[in-house]
Amino acid sequence: MPDNNPIFEFQHSPDQDSASPVRHPVVIAGAGPVGLTLAIDLALKQVPVVLLEALNTISDGSRAICFAKRTLEIFERLGMGRRLLDKGVTWKTGKVFLGDDQLFEFDLLPEDGHQFPAFINLQQYYMELYAIDRALELKEFIDLRWFSELKGIESMEEGVRLTVSTPDGSYQMECDWLIAADGARSFCRKALGLEFQGRTFDDQFLIADIKTKADMPPVRRFWFAPTFTDADSALLHMQPDDVWRLDFQIGPKADAAKEMQIEKVMSRVRGMLGDEIEPDLEWISVYRFQSRCIRNFRHGRVIFSGDAAHQVSPFGARGANSGIQDAENLAWKLQLVLKELAPESLLDSYNSERIYAAEENIRHSTQSTDFIAPKGAVSLAYRNAVLSLAKQYKFARPLINSGRLSTPTIHLESTLNTADIDSWLGKLLPGAPAADAPLQTPKGECWLLSELKGEFTLLYFTDGAVPEDVEAELRRLSEKSVLVKPLVIGLNSESQGVSLFDLQGIAAQRYDAQNGTTYLLRPDQHITARWKRYVSSAIYQALARATCN
Amino acid sequence: MQLNLEPNIDEPDSFYNKLIQLYEGLNESESREVQARLILLLSNHIGDSEALYEAMRIAREPFEK
Repeated sequence: MPDNNPIFEFQHSPDQDSASPVRHPVVIAGAGPVGLTLAIDLALKQVPVVLLEALNTISDGSRAICFAKRTLEIFERLGMGRRLLDKGVTWKTGKVFLGDDQLFEFDLLPEDGHQFPAFINLQQYYMELYAIDRALELKEFIDLRWFSELKGIESMEEGVRLTVSTPDGSYQMECDWLIAADGARSFCRKALGLEFQGRTFDDQFLIADIKTKADMPPVRRFWFAPTFTDADSALLHMQPDDVWRLDFQIGPKADAAKEMQIEKVMSRVRGMLGDEIEPDLEWISVYRFQSRCIRNFRHGRVIFSGDAAHQVSPFGARGANSGIQDAENLAWKLQLVLKELAPESLLDSYNSERIYAAEENIRHSTQSTDFIAPKGAVSLAYRNAVLSLAKQYKFARPLINSGRLSTPTIHLESTLNTADIDSWLGKLLPGAPAADAPLQTPKGECWLLSELKGEFTLLYFTDGAVPEDVEAELRRLSEKSVLVKPLVIGLNSESQGVSLFDLQGIAAQRYDAQNGTTYLLRPDQHITARWKRYVSSAIYQALARATCN
Repeated sequence: MQLNLEPNIDEPDSFYNKLIQLYEGLNESESREVQARLILLLSNHIGDSEALYEAMRIAREPFEK
């Protein structure tokens, strides 16, 4: 835990003294990674939020420890990405072993020119702590209520009535929208009687987070059939503050209580790291995999996000990372609906886009689990065949699956996208998050994604001056009721009237951009439409489509 | 790529004989692993997913209800 594990005081809310329930536009249940992210994003959009948290502190264990590039990019937009990066352990290399033999090594971000690395490792409690600090800076919009546990949900005509339990007794309040971000054991999910669909796996895993000064590189190491302990697989991963995540696959029949005894855990730790090691045990936990999801994320005025809506195995870091993407997907849609700039049906696109994402994550998670913990003699034979071939024969290495690490979902099938009419080179697609690239300004370097501030943005590339008619259009666009901010990038240093330049040509390459190339980006930085040449009527249509107008 | 379902094996009798011999002296779980290795090697050689999935479909055909 961080020094002086923070305790946040319960504060009596004026809502408790009101004769009739006070109405709020948005209430979020759960101040974990997802609830905090959503609250901050909404606050930056000037939407007031009540954030309810049943406890009065941050996560008790490290829990989620891998934060992906996309998550860091989202956090940077919210004003805390660099802080996480500075504290976190940056890593991009993974090594996979069979017994004592290394089978192969992978590099997660083989490309330069991104502000953030493929992954950092950071204990969930630090992420939460930094997000709470950020939320406190935005307290004009975020009413964070500790020791305030949701105990009742009652759907009304156009809103929800809530019962909240506190050390000062219970009270009621109302909201237009309730966002359930209350985790795997979600009260909201149970209150609405929603069932998970999916699978629970039998194999048990033991997590031991230990603190020790050890001279080891920040490489993710995964062993199949390790020789140093009686486990089917093992994982070692570095965190800040000399903390290491050790994970052992202890099988379906292991006795969880016995496995969590200090002596037993220590013998496994010493097996992996050597007899001389004298670590402090930070956190011990035994868990089983879940791969499951509720059928709908939107139930009238109650919207589900993160673990409350979907759960995956931890191998692949798809839990917190996907939940944070849920939050950023929801924030702008909720804002536009609340401001009556978009119809409620825009929130159905949250449902379809994030169910699509959850299914992708569940598919990856299930496939990894089937490889790491094969069920049945035939599956085991194939798994062992892949591993035994892989050391000598390169062809088998892509089949090894020790967790396919989280990458952002491309909302390929989203109805908000406008289909391409031009042909494009490169990896970007409508529905994909915008790619980062270094840009130059008269004051120095900056990053493309840092210029996208949470509004619709029209990205326009030019190799000369911005033509007058285009400039007039860009100005008109920024006056639309749905704000569209123009962002002009000069393809060379001669571009006139431009303050951002792509002198290295990295943005031009990633966006397949020429003079006049135009991208319409959503407030969550996803590409919703693009054209090789600026076409004003097409942009209005694409904007209408992306907002369900 | 369409799966070739015309006769294509050079030496049918000799191939079949070698295929059976491949498992000689192995117990059930060893045999299963050898078989898996063989299928993975051949699958990689074919590579094309259309052909591979078609082969899987036909392999399971007698047991599909």
